[in-house]
Amino acid sequence: MPLIDPSVVDLSRMQFALTALYHFLFVPLTLGMTFILAAMETVYVITGKAIYKEMTQFWGKLFGINFAIGVATGLTMEFEFGTNWSMFSHFVGDVFGTPLAIEGLMAFFMESTFVGLMFFGWDRLSKPGHLAITYLTALGSNLSALWILIANGFMQNPQGASFDPVTMRMQFTSFLGLVFSPDAQAKFVHTSIAGFVAGAMFIMGISAFYLLRRQHVALAARSFRMAALFGVISSMAVVTLGDALGRLDYLVQPTKIAAIEGLWQDSNAHSTVAAAPWLLFALPNDATQSNSFEIGVPYLLTPLVTHSENQVIPGLITQERMAGPRILDGIKAVNALQAFGARHDAADLAAFQASEGNMGYGFLAQRNAPNQDLKLITPANQDAIVAQTERDIVPNVFVTFWSFRLMMFLGFYFVALFAFASYYSLRNELMKHPWLLKATMWSIPLPIMATEFGWITAEAGRQPWSVFGWLPTFQAASSHPVGYMIFSLIGFALLYSSFIAAELYLMFKFARLGPQPHHDAPEEPGMSPMFARAAE
Amino acid sequence: MEMFVALKVIWAVLLGVLLTGLAVMVGMDMGVGSMLRFVGRNDAERRVALNIIGPHWDGNQVWFILGGGAIFAAFPTLYATSFSVFYVVMILLLFSMIMRPVAFEYRSKVPGDKWRGTWDWAFLISGALPMIIYGAAFGNVMEGVGFHYSWTGQYFQDESFLSYLLNPFAVMCGVLSLALSLYQGGTMLMLRGEEPIYGRARGFAIGGALVAALLFAAGGFWIAHLNGYAFSAPVDPNMPPTPLTGQSVVVQPGAWMNNYHRYPVLWVLPALGLLGMLGGAAMAALRKPIIGWWLGAIAWIGVIFTTGASMFPFLMPSSSNPDQSLTVWNATGSEYNLGWMLFFALLFTPIIIAYTSWCFYVMRGKVRIGDITKNTHGY
Ligand code: HDD
Ligand code: HEM
Ligand code: HEM
Repeated sequence: MPLIDPSVVDLSRMQFALTALYHFLFVPLTLGMTFILAAMETVYVITGKAIYKEMTQFWGKLFGINFAIGVATGLTMEFEFGTNWSMFSHFVGDVFGTPLAIEGLMAFFMESTFVGLMFFGWDRLSKPGHLAITYLTALGSNLSALWILIANGFMQNPQGASFDPVTMRMQFTSFLGLVFSPDAQAKFVHTSIAGFVAGAMFIMGISAFYLLRRQHVALAARSFRMAALFGVISSMAVVTLGDALGRLDYLVQPTKIAAIEGLWQDSNAHSTVAAAPWLLFALPNDATQSNSFEIGVPYLLTPLVTHSENQVIPGLITQERMAGPRILDGIKAVNALQAFGARHDAADLAAFQASEGNMGYGFLAQRNAPNQDLKLITPANQDAIVAQTERDIVPNVFVTFWSFRLMMFLGFYFVALFAFASYYSLRNELMKHPWLLKATMWSIPLPIMATEFGWITAEAGRQPWSVFGWLPTFQAASSHPVGYMIFSLIGFALLYSSFIAAELYLMFKFARLGPQPHHDAPEEPGMSPMFARAAE
Repeated sequence: MEMFVALKVIWAVLLGVLLTGLAVMVGMDMGVGSMLRFVGRNDAERRVALNIIGPHWDGNQVWFILGGGAIFAAFPTLYATSFSVFYVVMILLLFSMIMRPVAFEYRSKVPGDKWRGTWDWAFLISGALPMIIYGAAFGNVMEGVGFHYSWTGQYFQDESFLSYLLNPFAVMCGVLSLALSLYQGGTMLMLRGEEPIYGRARGFAIGGALVAALLFAAGGFWIAHLNGYAFSAPVDPNMPPTPLTGQSVVVQPGAWMNNYHRYPVLWVLPALGLLGMLGGAAMAALRKPIIGWWLGAIAWIGVIFTTGASMFPFLMPSSSNPDQSLTVWNATGSEYNLGWMLFFALLFTPIIIAYTSWCFYVMRGKVRIGDITKNTHGY
């Protein structure tokens, strides 16, 4: 079987990465802001103070501007598995498609139906009725994160399915195994709460802007305080939960954790105990498989990653060596599988089953085989092919290392910023600290950037696998001509850049404009609400 | 019947239900989008039309998303193959569809003819193009699609995208689908709109329904002579779901009529379709939009299940390697997966129908020009 044109694979990866990163510019605000809106409205319903209704409606309008593009770009995601990753969809659709379908049934319907009422239902629902709708919208959006991350968790650590040689795909075997995959659950809480951080920063930052200009002070000070308190809890939770994710990677994705930490040699390579430093700064060099420069805190790595004092973390070079036998065995598995597919002979099936666990490594070797045909591997050429494939199991260390570092540094920065903000806000001393207000304002995009870095860590660190250990990315794509990919990439570039231009224009416009006392959108720019009314 | 076979058949029916739900609910909104520039002659009128579907379009769109997700899970090989084989067309569908959410939310946020006019064009494209492509996909599938699989299950395309874009039968199906969506959207605007929108929407509803009836009848005659697909040796419906082995298929003119010859009761389906269209035109003419709307739904049921009944058990036949055609027997997920999916579908569908209906109930009543200038939460 010929492999897919490598440039088509690369373009497909690029397209998926860009559209997913783009979708995730908007998702965190949805995840976080819906809950903050619900909290504000709760205060309104309990206290009856009109200002909290005004807050809910004002932030709700900004939320709506963000939400529209979240929905539009989400549609793209739903398509892309089929349009660009057809082998992937065939290979895992039986188990991976299920959470996506449940997401539609359980989460998207709820979120999308109620978001309409959230905007349109103010005058048609009772106060508690509308509040319930707001909570349901928030719940819906976070449930959608749950199911999509269960799907993603399966790619990171396939659980709840087994390979079936007759249908040539992974088949679903355990619903509970899929849903309660520790990877999925840990990713869900970390990601959702990262969204809360983003929502809190957004509201706090824009409030800081008003406070600096002494505008809308009543609304801004209240919004600031709620967001700061929300943020301080969320940012601490994100850091703690991130630590849990790192430990999971150590358990199930050893190549990823080694790449995250820039660890080429075993953590006990230079001493009798696992004394490797925890790197704060390094320049990993993927070509020479070493760090050209590093600064770190000695001994800290082992306790941070393994939560123990002396468990060894295998370095990437060791892991490459350990993959050798698996690759050889995997080649046998794939050859036996192909023979079984052609002849349905029980002997081939038995041979396949003996090596089944290494099948993915056989697929990985295919692009290094003569004519990309595993059957042409002989004892004479196998050593070179295995050696080449061993190096393929390592993700891009520079990218993984740095995207992780940036996310983590930002995480600690957020904890500090929210802590100061809450402290001064509770003491009513915000106005005395314009530096804090300015820092908050300029920090609005940072949580969103942190989530993007997080995804790059997760997804680039998963390479070369699409389904970890089972299906290499270069096998997973659709077999398109290059022209198709260029066509779609150009279209996405044009559409997505006009979307973001429109969104930023509206965001800035409505944020600058601030809350309107009677919630009248100005019909003409510069017209006061009084005027607009008279003009009717 | 074996459990697995029963599940396969149930999911084939549910696939039809999903495609119908999508066509009715999303089709209605897209119909409104396509006629927006024509039923609303000025900005205020267009905003009325938008606010009629404003609270519901996002919820309705989930039918479309769920359609994708459910095909992915219940028919993984069909999802993997159809989305890739129609790549260019699918991407065009996607490009036009993703303008819609943005257009709804952004159009009325800024005054100015240029801004709003641009978004109104976006509504036209994002309404008409997806409906045409939706219908054309059915047409293309009925004609057979050029693809085959390698031994791993990786699909390969054997035909250029131009043959899908420029296939006359498929284009006719596309226009049929657009006409039905105009009919459905027209009745919705009649339901919640007043003059002058009411009258113009009524025109679209009547026209759409009549054109649809005409094309549907023409399509029936066309199919009778079209190449269809049939098994040349008995297949085991309980077979493991893989297109790689296990069936032999021949191409025969008129084979899509076989099921109707074998089970004449199936003629009920096309009759239902025609009844929905002709009855709908009459009801719109008689100013009975509620009955008209429901007849529109019946028309869609008729059209989609007529197609399904004629092809059953084929889902997407391959013209270049007929033995690897995708059918209800060889393209589904595993028994375990279909079981869980059915459980979730049975659990959530009533809940979804309940709260969706409640939402329509809360937002009931006419939308007036006066309302939208006062209410700033709308579009
Ligand atoms: C505000 C955003 C944010 C912040 C401050 C952090 N993270 Fe994070 N992180 C994410 C947002 C995020 C994310 C976008 O939500 C990711 C991407 C994939 C995922 O599940 O969550 C993620 C992924 C991610 C992964 C990869 C998971 C995988 O294997 O797939 C690890 C190991 C961590 N995080 C660890 C941390 C640590 C130790 C942090 C702080 C010290 C931290 N994160 C702060
Ligand atoms: C961690 C990853 C993801 C999370 C947490 C997430 C979450 C969300 C959320 C909260 C929304 C609501 C709209 C908004 O963004 O404002 C949304 C929209 C959407 N997402 Fe994602 N998403 C993720 C990735 C994906 C992927 C990979 C897919 C593809 C299957 C996808 C499919 C969709 C769809 C179809 C919508 C539109 C739903 C609607 O009409 O309401 N998302 N997503
Ligand atoms: C929205 C947040 C997400 C972002 C920013 C993101 C980012 C990325 C990136 C950067 C890649 C390219 C990796 C590479 O080729 O080096 C990628 C690949 C991919 N991701 Fe994600 N991802 C996200 C969520 C998800 C989710 C939730 C799923 C599954 C449900 C998913 C499935 C995939 C698939 C199928 C590929 C392509 C094949 C592969 O590289 O394995 N992604 N993603």
